Amino acid sequence: MELESLTIDGSRNAVASGEMTATAMAELHFEKITSGDGEINSFLALSRERAMSQAAKIDGMAAKGEPLPVLAGVPVGIKDVLAMRGAPATAGSLILKGYMPPYDATVVAKLDAAGAVLLGKLNCDEFAMGSSNENSAYGPVLNPRALDRVPGGSSGGSAAAVAASFAVATLGTDTGGSIRQPAAFCGVVGVLPTYGRVSRYGLIAFASSLDRVGPLAKNVKDAAAVLQTIAGKDVMDATSSDRPVDDYVGGLVKPVEGLRIGVPTEYFGEGLDPEIRSAIDGVIAGLKMAGCAVQPVSLPHTKYAIPTYYVIATAEASSNLSRFDGVRFGLRAEEANTLSAMFRKTRDAGFGAEVKRRILLGTYALSAGYYDAYYRKAQQVRTLLTRDFLAAFSEVDVLVAPVTPTPAFKLGEKTDDPIQMYLEDIYSVAASLAGICGVSVPCGATNDGLPIGVQVLGKHFDEATMLRVAQAVETGQQRA
Amino acid sequence: MTKEAGVTIDDVRRVAELANLELTPEEEPRMQRDLNAILGHIAQLNELDTAGVPAMAQVGEMLGGVVDTAGTMLRADALRPSLARETVMAAAPESDGRFFKVPKVIER
Repeated sequence: MELESLTIDGSRNAVASGEMTATAMAELHFEKITSGDGEINSFLALSRERAMSQAAKIDGMAAKGEPLPVLAGVPVGIKDVLAMRGAPATAGSLILKGYMPPYDATVVAKLDAAGAVLLGKLNCDEFAMGSSNENSAYGPVLNPRALDRVPGGSSGGSAAAVAASFAVATLGTDTGGSIRQPAAFCGVVGVLPTYGRVSRYGLIAFASSLDRVGPLAKNVKDAAAVLQTIAGKDVMDATSSDRPVDDYVGGLVKPVEGLRIGVPTEYFGEGLDPEIRSAIDGVIAGLKMAGCAVQPVSLPHTKYAIPTYYVIATAEASSNLSRFDGVRFGLRAEEANTLSAMFRKTRDAGFGAEVKRRILLGTYALSAGYYDAYYRKAQQVRTLLTRDFLAAFSEVDVLVAPVTPTPAFKLGEKTDDPIQMYLEDIYSVAASLAGICGVSVPCGATNDGLPIGVQVLGKHFDEATMLRVAQAVETGQQRA
Repeated sequence: MTKEAGVTIDDVRRVAELANLELTPEEEPRMQRDLNAILGHIAQLNELDTAGVPAMAQVGEMLGGVVDTAGTMLRADALRPSLARETVMAAAPESDGRFFKVPKVIER
């Protein structure tokens, strides 16, 4: 069986028709991981026992001719910031080394209930803080499409595992671009759902007003199917929305003719790689051919998105990460005689440089005398950024823009300069702050063969239209 | 974002203490440099006049959501099973089986 082209339909149908057992399907993926992931480093832990027990259960149902659930036998991987019973959850950090969460995140439980086979936990930047996966305490992930390049971050393992066919689909999380950017760098599809669309119960929090869980997959339909499974109200997450979940997969077949596409001028300025610009121009031309009405729109506050994000995200992180103190789980520094010394020594030993940098920045922004100047100011600019999108969406149905200013960069290229690394997120953070949905879809490659992604941004809770346009982009690529 | 000399080493130490972080002597100047660079970038926000603009904590409030004073977003406050104590305690660095154990709390 060709794993490279294996989709959700392909794997489920193989199991349902008896062409291959779920057990054999899982074994095939574990073999692929064992032979290939030594180099890529996308998995931090394999959950073989749980995977094989689920596969056996699915095989038993298939043997008895029982109806199979929607993701029956589909091998998936989970970003290591999500809790999954039977596997460690490190968040890419030493401070959680060896921590075994005693429960499943809601999204993990939903995949499990849908019959998916959970292969293991995926590498990521420490506490999802990073744009290259070089901030993982367990070593960087290599980009399977170009081994001297980063896979992007923070969901670098989630994107790389799909690109390397170690899993049919994965879950990632996106706080400022952490699903969309690695998806673009690795040439896979990655979805940022609307804030509130998917439960975060069981997610190790980074910035709670921004964090979202979403799928990465080989194509738009698979990403839609995983989103369909994980979306919806969860009583365990008060920020999850009770709005009905649309039929994402069914909606993909609707034509895009007549849809209004906005092209935000500010996303095509200085700093955008010419090959990426040209690929996005091609996507826009294709959508016009498919009958969409394309018009320029302005999101005038775009350039303030990164400074706004780095105040709000770090402020929230400084609060969220205070729970890692060596008392209830994870690492504890042994050489401390008092409680406060134990806190400080544990956190010094357990956190990496980028996490410390962000905790310090966030603590500074929230500290007495600076709160209004930094945090409140950033919250006000966040309002302006969100109003930009609401105004644009009063005229158009979706926005089409680049995901990243450059293709995947080399390992080590940006690690010395945090600002350069933060600027990687220039086209992704505004959507995070505004809470809208977005998807990164592959749309070609550079002359050097590096993948290029295009971003389709949708209105709050209008994933259906966004995915429909993404599907049209993908179909256009296959034709080209 | 007042115009001042920027973050000093003393500021770094003060903030580290607030954050319960113990930085090594090598980390301090690096953090000082990085914080100043990032705060310099953040200072761009001063270009915007935000007088009268409401602060936004998260997107719900921008979508016409109302503050839930009645608590209708909350689940029913009913008894339900929780994780077993031994399951939780198994993850603790030090425990007597019933409680988390920590070093001495009173330092004087």
